[in-house]
Amino acid sequence: MKRLWFPAGCVAFVVLVALCAPLLGLPDPIRQDVANRLAGPMAGSWLGRDEFGRDVLSRLIWGARTSLSVAFVSALTAGLVGVTLGLIGGWGRGVSAFLSVRSMDVVLCFPPILLALLVVTLLGPGAATLILVLSVLYLPGFARVTHAEVLSVRGRDYVEATRALGARSAYLLFRTVLPNIAGPILVQLSLAVAAAVVLESGLSFLGLGVVPPAPSWGLMIRGARATMEQAPLLLVWPCAALTFTILAMNLLCDALRDMLDPRTRER
Amino acid sequence: MSATWLARKLCVAIFLAWLVATIVFLSLHMVPGDPAELLLSTGGTSPDPYAVAELREKLGLERPLIAQYGSFLAGVLRGDLGNSLVDDYPVLQEIALRLPRTLELIAAGSLLAILVGVPAGVYAALHRGGAFDRAASWVTALLLAVPVFVVGTLLVLLFAQTLRLMPAGGFVAFSQDPAQHMKLLTLPAIAIAKGLAAVLFRMTRAAMLDALAHDYVRTARAKGLAPRRVVFVHVLRNALNPVVTVLGLHMGTLLGGTVLVEYVFNWPGMSTPLLRAVEGRDYPMVVGIVLTISVLFLLINLLVEVVHALLDPRIAHS
Repeated sequence: MKRLWFPAGCVAFVVLVALCAPLLGLPDPIRQDVANRLAGPMAGSWLGRDEFGRDVLSRLIWGARTSLSVAFVSALTAGLVGVTLGLIGGWGRGVSAFLSVRSMDVVLCFPPILLALLVVTLLGPGAATLILVLSVLYLPGFARVTHAEVLSVRGRDYVEATRALGARSAYLLFRTVLPNIAGPILVQLSLAVAAAVVLESGLSFLGLGVVPPAPSWGLMIRGARATMEQAPLLLVWPCAALTFTILAMNLLCDALRDMLDPRTRER
Repeated sequence: MSATWLARKLCVAIFLAWLVATIVFLSLHMVPGDPAELLLSTGGTSPDPYAVAELREKLGLERPLIAQYGSFLAGVLRGDLGNSLVDDYPVLQEIALRLPRTLELIAAGSLLAILVGVPAGVYAALHRGGAFDRAASWVTALLLAVPVFVVGTLLVLLFAQTLRLMPAGGFVAFSQDPAQHMKLLTLPAIAIAKGLAAVLFRMTRAAMLDALAHDYVRTARAKGLAPRRVVFVHVLRNALNPVVTVLGLHMGTLLGGTVLVEYVFNWPGMSTPLLRAVEGRDYPMVVGIVLTISVLFLLINLLVEVVHALLDPRIAHS
């Protein structure tokens, strides 16, 4: 339990800062000021200005908002659909139940970033494309975990007892089974959010994710690469923010898993 | 490893390759609207109808879907992946030129990761709780958190820009200048290896600790075998199985990471034409490269399974 607080606090800090971005009185993250391009730290912009004279701190914080919202929305979408499919697959019998989970596995035949690039070719880059791709990529994880958990739980005595009391399937699934398998699903959700942040930043870095001039950590790193010689620090800030966020999320995942996953809890 | 086991695995791999090809083919048709119009539209403007008609003709979109699918599959089997929409260059020739360079990068990265991750994991497990073990567990947590393109970019910033020890990127053929070739290979290989090395370290350490607790280790020690022999012959041999599994599981990330690393270091592998094609909506080129890398991914996984079965004969018999 103690191991949970530190990473949870770090993640909460990043999320809170991102949520409060409009309240912090930051300069407009996309307003250009060419006279001050690559300017060092100064009053009103503590981390200096980027290659278009935009405030780096402001872009960093608004970038967190972009990255995290894309990651959370896609992980939640994947979770909703994946868990539903997993519940159907684990509860029902027959071919359709089997297919609802197994058909998802085809996504796993592709290296994730390549599937993403294929979709970007068809739909063009942008936040909507990113959310679609990331949701599809993390669907199988949720479907598999839910399916496996439902299978292990469905024969338990408390499920049988509730059924004997006359509960319908829907009630059994959502009020009896789901709360009991929520732990592993929550772990999966945290894993998906962390992975989505990584992939979003990678695609944005390639110029195929978030569309400029919207701020995103991947785009900031992409931009700062060109001016690496004059302003190396511009490269360091977004790299540090990204790494810090992912590290905190990974540690949170590990702690959550230790706490919630029955397979590791007993050790 | 029996021939039937191998044949079954091979059949599954071929089935998956067919599935991948089918999905890649269908991807263009799964999107609502006219595919040709979709590929030509940029930022909400509707494209020139003549260009749309021309592209439809070029991609064969006028024909029934099943006929298109048939000729696509036949083309793939013949090794004909069509031509680029941009410069009409055969996709297969582009891949044939680029694939060896990408494979070299993957091989160098994996080798480096194995050479660093496995011995470090063995050492950490043998000196559990020691200074190295504790330091390494933090380093791996950090390595797993840093995205591969961040590592690459920071390596360039540190070694090329600041210390001026290494070239920032580029490519020279091995036959032209072997020393420079290896020098240019070093930083990208490190960037690719970092995640895999961290994963291998963790897995080797855990598997070693698991294997060390078994009775046969005590028996081997009680027989009076040299500690070195116990570790390398009895423990490591058994600990390697889960490590090989992880190697296979991590290949998808590794192949994806290669795309980013090649971009960071201007390594002219598969990612150069891939990214150019994604940006230019050059559909046949994207399809050809995605298909090639995905099939490569399946083949590597098959190879990993074979190695796994060679290491642990129980797998092929179960």
